[in-house]
Amino acid sequence: MTAMRILVGTRKGAFILTSDSKRKKWSIDGPHFAGWEIYHLKGSPVNPDRVYASQTSSWFGQIIQRSDDGGKSWSQPGADSAAEEAAAAGMPQGESNMFVYDTSTETGKPLTTHQWYDGTQHPWEFARVWHLEPSLDDPDTCYAGVEDAALFRSTDGGVTWHELAGLRGHESGPEWAPGAGGMCLHTIVLDPANKSRIFCAISAAGTFRSDDNGETWAPINNGLHSEYIPNPTAEVGHCVHRIAIHPSNPNTLFMQKHWDVMRSDDGGDSWREVSGNLPSDFGFPIAVHAHEPETIYVVPILSDSLHYPPDGKLRVYRSRSGGDEWEALTKGLPQENCYVNVLRDAMAVDTFDPCGIYFGTTGGQVYASSDSGDSWEPIVRDLPGVLSVETQTVS
Amino acid sequence: MIRVVLPHHLQTLASCDREVAVTVDGAVTQRAVLDALEARYPMLRGTVREHVTMKRRPRVRFFAGGEDVTHESPDSELPGSIATGDQPFMIVGAIAGG
Repeated sequence: MTAMRILVGTRKGAFILTSDSKRKKWSIDGPHFAGWEIYHLKGSPVNPDRVYASQTSSWFGQIIQRSDDGGKSWSQPGADSAAEEAAAAGMPQGESNMFVYDTSTETGKPLTTHQWYDGTQHPWEFARVWHLEPSLDDPDTCYAGVEDAALFRSTDGGVTWHELAGLRGHESGPEWAPGAGGMCLHTIVLDPANKSRIFCAISAAGTFRSDDNGETWAPINNGLHSEYIPNPTAEVGHCVHRIAIHPSNPNTLFMQKHWDVMRSDDGGDSWREVSGNLPSDFGFPIAVHAHEPETIYVVPILSDSLHYPPDGKLRVYRSRSGGDEWEALTKGLPQENCYVNVLRDAMAVDTFDPCGIYFGTTGGQVYASSDSGDSWEPIVRDLPGVLSVETQTVS
Repeated sequence: MIRVVLPHHLQTLASCDREVAVTVDGAVTQRAVLDALEARYPMLRGTVREHVTMKRRPRVRFFAGGEDVTHESPDSELPGSIATGDQPFMIVGAIAGG
């Protein structure tokens, strides 16, 4: 029987929500890694039982967890009991948590500085993994976006991680600056039509594209306008919050920026604003309908100072025209006294028909719509603050 | 046998009890105890000390024989009560609350 799995990362652990294809009755499993911040979990598109998780702590650092049974059990790759034999054979042990910037002369880039909040230069310091993006065709390959901003890749199921230093080492690096949450590489988009093409987004640097499998990178921020930086149309420095594509049309990208909702129809070479009639064009997540490449979703919040919805009403906005014209989706969502936020990785769609869409809030609610957003129901109301939501279809 | 007490989050990470036992050959120092701990529980590598620099994480503290040894040299010998197993070496997460 086809089933649906939602992977939820929260401030105090991970939760796995499951249902059948009707998506009406849900069971909730968790917390996994109780008490730890789980920034992101994501499953392999080619093996849904392979799930990677970023477990992190300001006290005890970064942990990578992996499940090979759809989240029922977890281990640190290379550090579990099954790895002892491999260790005896010389395989690395206990290195799955090791994210070291590559400064080697062969493949690396020198460790430089980036702009700090006060405008001074600050050393690059690893803090945590924000986002894990499993390969589209190899379950042992996974990308990790980290703070301070860099891209890492594992090709051995998460046992070891190696930086793709061309991004961090880009000549514009000293102009990058942290957003309020840190200088994070939070979005990784793999182009399904062009296996050499990767998009990344960094707060606050902007969007970058590689056309050689992550070796070299170019900023693609032409058309972005950010009033909060000295040069509003600078090549880098924009606080991009999230980008998304539809797999059938990967040359079109949608972006929720610090302010403004944007789209590009040339692979990111140029962008135009499509905020249209949104009540606020500030927000964090943006998602694309699974079967309609021009149907997109955002969750407006008031401003960078007021991280809650306008008028105390939690509204998802949907555009069926790829932006510019938006409609509020409110049925089943609280329309008074609601002051939660929805973070950048906390909204996802499923692949059923009609398309399901899901989001989690900083107040611990996970809402689901099984009719493309027309109506909503809470799956669970009282989790810890939700950091990320991903979906999986499993059979 | 050296007794080591772990904070809650590291107990769950290593799937172990609050107190674990490790063996140290030679001088019983912070470094030797942590090396032995990480060898026994490789999933703890990087959690108490940073992977490459091997420096103590800023929000981790060490206590031995009732003394705060957080800022002692990692190569200083720990009190004799640790070496004999009469008292545990304690790894403590800095308190944060409110």
